[in-house]
Parts: sequence; structure tokens; C-alpha cells
Amino acid sequence: MAVTEENPGYKWVGTRPIRPDGLEKVTGKARFGADLVLPGMLYGKVVRSPHAHARILSIDTSAAESMEGVKAVITGDDFPDLAANGAHPSDVDVANNTIARDKVLYEGHVVAAVAAITREQAEAAAKAVEVTYEVLPHVLTVDEAMADDAPLLHEGMITKGVDPAPEEPSNIASKILHERGDLEQGFGEADAVVEREFTTKPVHQGYIEPHAAVADSNSDGRANIWCSSQGHFQMRAYTATVLGVSPGTLKVTAAEIGGGFGGKTVIYLEPLAVRPSQRAGRPVKLVMDRDEVFRATGPTSGTRIKVKMGVSKDGKITAAEVWMAYEAGAFAGSPVGAAGMTAIACYDIPNFVVEGYDVVCNKPRVAAYRAPGAPMAAFAVESVLDELARNIEMYAIDIRLANAAVEGTQAAYGPKFPRIGFVETLEAIKDHPNYTTELGPNQGRGVAAGFWFNAGMMSSATVHVNENGTATVVTGSPDIGGSRQSMALMAAEELGIPYESIKPVVADTETVGFNDVTGGSRVTLATGAAVVDACRLIVEDLRARAAKTWDVELDQVEWVDGQAQHVEGAQPPLSLNDLAAKSGRTGGPISANASLNSRGVGAGFSTQLCDVEVDPETGVTRIVRYLTAQDAGRAISPDYVEGQMQGGVVQGIGWALNEEYIHDTEGVMENPSFLDYRMPVASDLPMIDCSIVEVPNPAHPYGVRGVGEVGIVPPMAAVGNAIHDAVNVRMTELPMSPVKVLEALNAHDE
Amino acid sequence: MKYVAPSSVEEATSLLSASPSAQVFAGATDVVPQLRAGRPAPELLVDLKKIEELVSLKSDDNKWTVGAATPTAYLTEDEAFSHEFPGLSEAAGLIGSDQIQNRSSLGGNLCNASPAADSVPAMVVNGVRAVVAGPSGTRVLDVSEVVTGPGQTSLDDDEFIVEFEIDNMPARSGDAYLRMIPRTEMDIAVVGAGARVTLADDGSIEQAALALAAVAPTVIRIPDAEDALVGTTADDATLDAVAAAASEACDPIDDKRGTVAYRKQVAGVLAKRAVLIAIERAEQRNGTN
Repeated sequence: MAVTEENPGYKWVGTRPIRPDGLEKVTGKARFGADLVLPGMLYGKVVRSPHAHARILSIDTSAAESMEGVKAVITGDDFPDLAANGAHPSDVDVANNTIARDKVLYEGHVVAAVAAITREQAEAAAKAVEVTYEVLPHVLTVDEAMADDAPLLHEGMITKGVDPAPEEPSNIASKILHERGDLEQGFGEADAVVEREFTTKPVHQGYIEPHAAVADSNSDGRANIWCSSQGHFQMRAYTATVLGVSPGTLKVTAAEIGGGFGGKTVIYLEPLAVRPSQRAGRPVKLVMDRDEVFRATGPTSGTRIKVKMGVSKDGKITAAEVWMAYEAGAFAGSPVGAAGMTAIACYDIPNFVVEGYDVVCNKPRVAAYRAPGAPMAAFAVESVLDELARNIEMYAIDIRLANAAVEGTQAAYGPKFPRIGFVETLEAIKDHPNYTTELGPNQGRGVAAGFWFNAGMMSSATVHVNENGTATVVTGSPDIGGSRQSMALMAAEELGIPYESIKPVVADTETVGFNDVTGGSRVTLATGAAVVDACRLIVEDLRARAAKTWDVELDQVEWVDGQAQHVEGAQPPLSLNDLAAKSGRTGGPISANASLNSRGVGAGFSTQLCDVEVDPETGVTRIVRYLTAQDAGRAISPDYVEGQMQGGVVQGIGWALNEEYIHDTEGVMENPSFLDYRMPVASDLPMIDCSIVEVPNPAHPYGVRGVGEVGIVPPMAAVGNAIHDAVNVRMTELPMSPVKVLEALNAHDE
Repeated sequence: MKYVAPSSVEEATSLLSASPSAQVFAGATDVVPQLRAGRPAPELLVDLKKIEELVSLKSDDNKWTVGAATPTAYLTEDEAFSHEFPGLSEAAGLIGSDQIQNRSSLGGNLCNASPAADSVPAMVVNGVRAVVAGPSGTRVLDVSEVVTGPGQTSLDDDEFIVEFEIDNMPARSGDAYLRMIPRTEMDIAVVGAGARVTLADDGSIEQAALALAAVAPTVIRIPDAEDALVGTTADDATLDAVAAAASEACDPIDDKRGTVAYRKQVAGVLAKRAVLIAIERAEQRNGTN
């Protein structure tokens, strides 16, 4: 671990205790989305479109409804028509993605759902729902979708962000543009210019737990929902919108979550469980199988990206021109906006144009995936930068150091950076033994860097002191990356009591104040700050109680090592245990709430060093060793910080080498299983070496930046650059599968 | 769908004769995923692994006998077997994963009739024989005669394989199996190559067998490559001829796992590499067993 600033004497922050949720998870007691069973519960099954694009002419549910055990069959007509009601277009899209109304826009799009007494009955009934389609021509990629005369997904889609607005509809939902300086002048000053075009395929988040929801509706219109998500408050809001009810009528309880990576910030099943539950008066459970997860959830965008960059002989980037088109899937909302903002954010570039297009096509609607949008852009930009460094005979690390954004650099997307740790990550790579380890035959080394904003947003926390001096820390942020441990460590530090005396809890939507989703690497930052605020209120309260007990002024009492101490030692200290036991005589129970809108995010940077070995006869790329250096701000829980760093890299390696959605010509996904959607397995990977850099974020009480996402930004370029170093071919298409690498090698040999 | 687990070969064959649509299985590592993927359920599932002779591994002076339902982990963990047939043992050890190999079997791997079955090229080059039981007794088939196409075998509906016979590895002989997958495990062969050679006293190749998986509707022998090897010491020109013959003999498909061009090219590469490993092993097995 590379620590750039001394740990200021923390007792708990920065330690590696056993995780609070570990026991329940290793013993199988933890309840995930699919584990809940209620008395009288029905099993649901969703009916999905077999077509990539089709008009729904009719849905006949009569046969399904008359089948044994079937209690409810629902279609799009059983939900309010939000478009007709004048709802916000993004809400209309959420509703129409949950269940199709007039048209199906991708293979796997929901058209109906059934609920029956047994799973088998539900499956049989789902097959008996008769849907008549008029199949329409479809578009699968940005190229097809942007072509003249391309069939339209949404007849009224007018491209936003273009002035004047186009008169004709298209599949381009919006355009983004960032520019500064004079491109022509910048390229004129360059001694080397490289221009390349890149394509990437949609990839899935690949969480191990399929989506699941149980809904139990009451006759008064209220309903309870249990689901696995990255934010049960958001699930409540979306579900209420789709059902046309007040969020207050829904109570959502977060199940344990088996991975999300952004893909569980959206709803799929919840309204489809509530509605049949209302019809049947019984709880309804819906669980996706893997095939459904692939066909209808996630993924992130396939893209086409063109990058042209120029550098002077001394390695200064003089100009950058980036053009990018991102698949949104069936509804507007690809992460091209974030891609445009992150693409060149690592560097201080005087002249640039970054132009991007959000393009709908007949694939599942994209969902957030770890630093959404940034990895594909970084693949393109960092590959071109690698080539430029070679052209001017400069080391890959050094060209990045020569252009690195620092405190005060005006980011390409607007603001000036506060204190950031990008340079420190580059230096951490240089200082690591991997940087100078000798390479073997057919081996190569690649460097790449990445940026991610990290998010703040809204969080709430409640802290209760129990009668024995232990504490319960309640938040509403589902724990997908170790946040319970981070909350407990910060609370232990603040209260001055042992980590083991803290119980962190994730509460339902009616038990704790509002929390935004667990996303944007924000929970340790924002929810953590709420926990710290609540603990500080507790400490103030405890000092006041001690002052009252001793009959002294508040400023005569300080809180040290979990006890109230008189500043002059005039009284024997009162421990939290003492004060808790006597709380009834000093003002009642000891608890505090804190809610906040985060006071300032800390941008995250990651630099990575990848060594590969390429089999020149088969095109197989093996990762030999891999180092990731990332600025955590402060690693509250170093085990989890390393876990996040390694996890991002591993997903990035999968994206780099083998993962891709494969569709047939009809737009039907051909590889909806982990057998043929090739995520890496454990034996594919070396241990991912981690170098935690700590340049504290001044806006957080412990300096936290957020660590969950930026680690996935550099790997594809790091792997591609390493492949180039090994066998001298420049890979511009993801995945860099054995087939593609061998094709490139064959072409190179000719 | 009913499940039954007969305890003798006779009981099993009579069950199969009485129920023509019955499906036999051993470890069920193919059958269960196929059923889950929507394949129509058979009326009767016949579990063969409760029959004693189907789960056994034994050797005598002339041959090894492997029960058709014997978990492949038994083979990979048997030192004597793995020493004598390292290629076949390695092929068995590539099926699925460690957990799968506690249930997967040579009989299942063969009769599932996938063109990509890992153990089949290694069995073919080792001249393995299948002892097939049916209502009228047993018959013996060469393993290469069992699979007739993807998902198709030459066995009748009321027949199943009881055991495999493998003649002892001759002196100065060795086998090998290599598989190309994009990952390191939990995948299906894009190309598989099994080889076996026997060396003459002068070190030249006296006999050679080469078989490829996943490049044609069934596992195929490559006679042109075998002929090219015999009488040589596998010099570079010979190996190039082997690779060319292997590529030429391929009749693969383009699919989500690989392209025709890729499979043809890599078939040649793996063929060459498998032959070299088999030769190295043959050189090390200078004496008898």
C-alpha cells in the first residue's frame, strides 16, 4: 500500500477486521433476493418477446387464465398509460421497458406475466399466453441505427442537443459536445498524429445473483416488496411510477445482493410482482433465470469510437478529437454523456473536440455498469496515446506524466480539479517491482489510465446506542461492496468503541431516512459522512450528559477513547457503557439521525500495468501479471478497497479478452449463458497486485473518494497495449478474442 | 418423467426394452442442463451408475477396463492409469470442472455425441473399445464407431455402454491431448487434438494416430497426417505436413465459439503440438510399463 500522507493515528479506520456480514454469508444464512418464501405465495413467470422489433397486434390470455393453478395474468394494459397521462419521458421509458405496450423493442422485452400456485404451472401458463406480432425490421448496432432510412424504434424521436433541432425523427436520441481551443492549430503543432477507429460490443455486468422480487399486496392498496437491488428507495420510486401509486404506499425491504455493478439500479420485476399480487390477493415471487438476465437486463453499450490525437516531441498532447456513438439499447440513455466527460479527463489538453451520440437500437436497454461509459472511451484514447508514445519514443508512463491533470487543471468537461491523486498513481506504478520485471518470449507490457467522477448524492443514517454501550448504525444503502464494514469502522473511530461493538444494519424504506442508490462509488463517501455526522451528534449528546452529571460546563468535557473525560481530570471518566446504562436518568435513549446531500465528491484515478503472453499460433492471450494503482482518498477498509480494485480489473479483463453479446441476424441473442458468454474464471487470472494511493478528499471527514468504479476504466487499453508490446499488432476491436488476435497476426504477417 | 436406478445390466436392458423413449444417463452432467434448457423430458430416466461394473477401474496384464459411468476424476486421480495414458487422463481432466469431473464419465462424454467431447479424440487414438449391452447380450465396438453425428450414436435405443477396454500402452509409445478454449477451464473445445505415437528402435515413428474434435460433425482421424509421420522423426517439414493435413481435413462450422478459418488454422497448430508431446512421452517410456 502506497500511503502518501501519514495515517493521523486512526485506531479503526484503515484496519482489516472480519466483515460484519461474513458469518451469515459463509454459512448460507444470508437471505438474497430469491430466498424469501411467504405463506400462500404464488410463483410468477414473465412472457417475453421472441422478436427484436415487432408490433403487438393482440395478446390472448384466456387459455393461460383457465389453466390449473393460475391466479393472475397481466399485460401492458394492466398498467397506467404514462405517455397518455403526460408523464415525464424518462418515466414513460421505465414503464415501457418494464412491460411493452404497443411495440416490443428487443428480444426478451416483457409482454405479459402470470402467477400460479406452482412454478411449473406458471411456466406452462406463460407458454399458453398467445401473442400475435407484426414483425418489424430491426437495427442492432450504432451503424445500422444511424444509417439513412434505418427503421425507427420510436417514431417521435427528435435528436436533442442539436441546434436547430432536426425536423425528421431518427434513432439518435441526443448529441453531446465538449470543445476547447483550436483543433487545427493543435494538430498543426503536433510532431506525431495518430488516428484510429475502435469498436466495442455490449457486455453484461455478470452479477452472480439473478434479479428477484417478492410482492405482497394488501386490499387497502399498500404493498410490501422484498427485492435485491442497489437502492430500495429507488426501486420504490420507480415501482410507484409504473403502477401509478404514491411511493408511500409501498414498503421496500432490501434483500442481500449478489452483485450489481450498476445493473441493479433499475427495476425489472417489481411492478410485475405487485400487480398479480393485487389481483390474486396473495404474495407473488418472480425470479429471473440466467437466460432472462442476459436477454433483458443490463448490459452496457456497444460502441464505435474514433480518436485522433497529436503530440509534440516533448510528449505534450497538442490536440484531441474524439467522436463516439454509444448504443442505448431500446430506450434513450446510453452513458455517452459520461463517456464524453471522462474520455480525456486524465489529461490537460489545450485543444479538443469531443462529440458523442446516444443511439437507440433493438437490444435490451443499457443499464449502468461500473463507471458507465468511461471504459470504452478509455480503450480508444489510451490505445492511441500508447501509439503516440511509441512514435515519439517515450515511455508510456512518462507521456501520461507529461500531460497528467493535477490540482487546478481545468477538466475537459468544465470544472477545475481540486486536489487529485492521478500523478501519485502513475508514480506508484513506476515504483512497483512489476514495472521492471523482465519479460519472457511473446510477452508484452501495457500501461493505461482512467478517470471517474465518483458520486455524492443524498444519504441518511441513524445511530442508536444500546443499553450496554454498543451501537447500531442504521443506513439505507444496500451493501454491495463492503459498506457495512466501512460504516462500522468509521463509527468505531468516532465513538471510540471497538469495531465489534458496532452493528451496521441496512434498513427498509420505512425505518431510515432517504438514501439514493448504492452507485457512483458514493456510499462510503456520502452515507459514510451521514454516519460520521450522526456519531458526532451522539458524542455531543454524551458530552452534554456527562457535563450534566458532573454539573460542569460542556466545554469542560471531552470525548476520548470512548469515554467522557473532564478536561482537568476533576471527575472519574464516564464510559459510553456508563452513560448508556444511566440514559434514563440523563434525558432518555441515546440516538441521533443525520441526513445530507453530499458536500463534495473526490474524483478517482487509476493507473494499471498489465503483462500478457500471446500465443502467436493460436491468438490466446494470457494475463501474466497485473498491477493496479488507485487513489482511494482514504482506504477506510483496505481489504474491501483492494477487492474493488481487483474486481474492476477482473471485469475489465473479461471485457478486453472474451466477453461480448452475440446476436443472430434476427436479433436473437446466441450466447445467453455463462458457458458461451465468457467471463473470466479464477484460473484465467493471476493475483491482481494492488497499490492503494491515498490522497485525501478534503470534502470528506476521513478523506474518502470512492473506489468502486474507476478500476474498470483502464484494463481494456492496458491489455491491448500489452498485446501490442508482445506481438506488434494494434487491436482496435473488443473483445480481443483468440479469433481476432490470430486474424490480426495473420494480416500482419502478410 | 420417472427416475429409476437399476442395479444390474440385465435389469437396465429390460427397462430400456420396455420403454423405448427412455433416456440413460451416468453423471447427468449433460442430461440435466439439456432438460433445463427446454429439451422435452423423456418418460423414463435410467440412472446407470448404480450398476457395479459401470463404476470401476481395473487393469490386468493386457488391458485396462473402465466402467462406462466411472467418474472421470477416478481416472485423473489414478496414478498408474495417468502414467500409462497421460493424454487420455488429461483429456478426462478437461471435462467441465473439478466438480463436474466427480460425475462426468467416458461413457457419457462419448454417448452425448458432441463433436467437441474432450475424451473422445484421446480414446480414438488409443484404440479404445466399447462393450455394449443390449437385450440380446453384448457386442464390442471401436469407440470411433459409436458416434455417427452431432447427438447421434450407432447404439440402439435399448443399448448402452457397459465398459471400455484399453489395451496396455506398448513400449516406446505415448499419447497426448490438447484443447483450445479461450479460457482455462469451464468451456467447450473450439478445437481438440489427440495424438499417439509408437517409436521404432531408431527413434523414428513406427505408428501414429491423430484425431481432432470440434472441427467436424464427429471426431475425425487424420490419416494423411498419420501417414506423413510414419518413418520420420517429426522434423519441421513433417510437422508442417501434419498441420496442413489436419487443417485440410477439418470441416468445421462458424459459430459463437469460433470461425471456420480459426478452427482450421488452430487444428493444425494443436495437431503438431500434440504429436510433439506424444513423441516426448514415447521417448521417456523407453522400456516396458
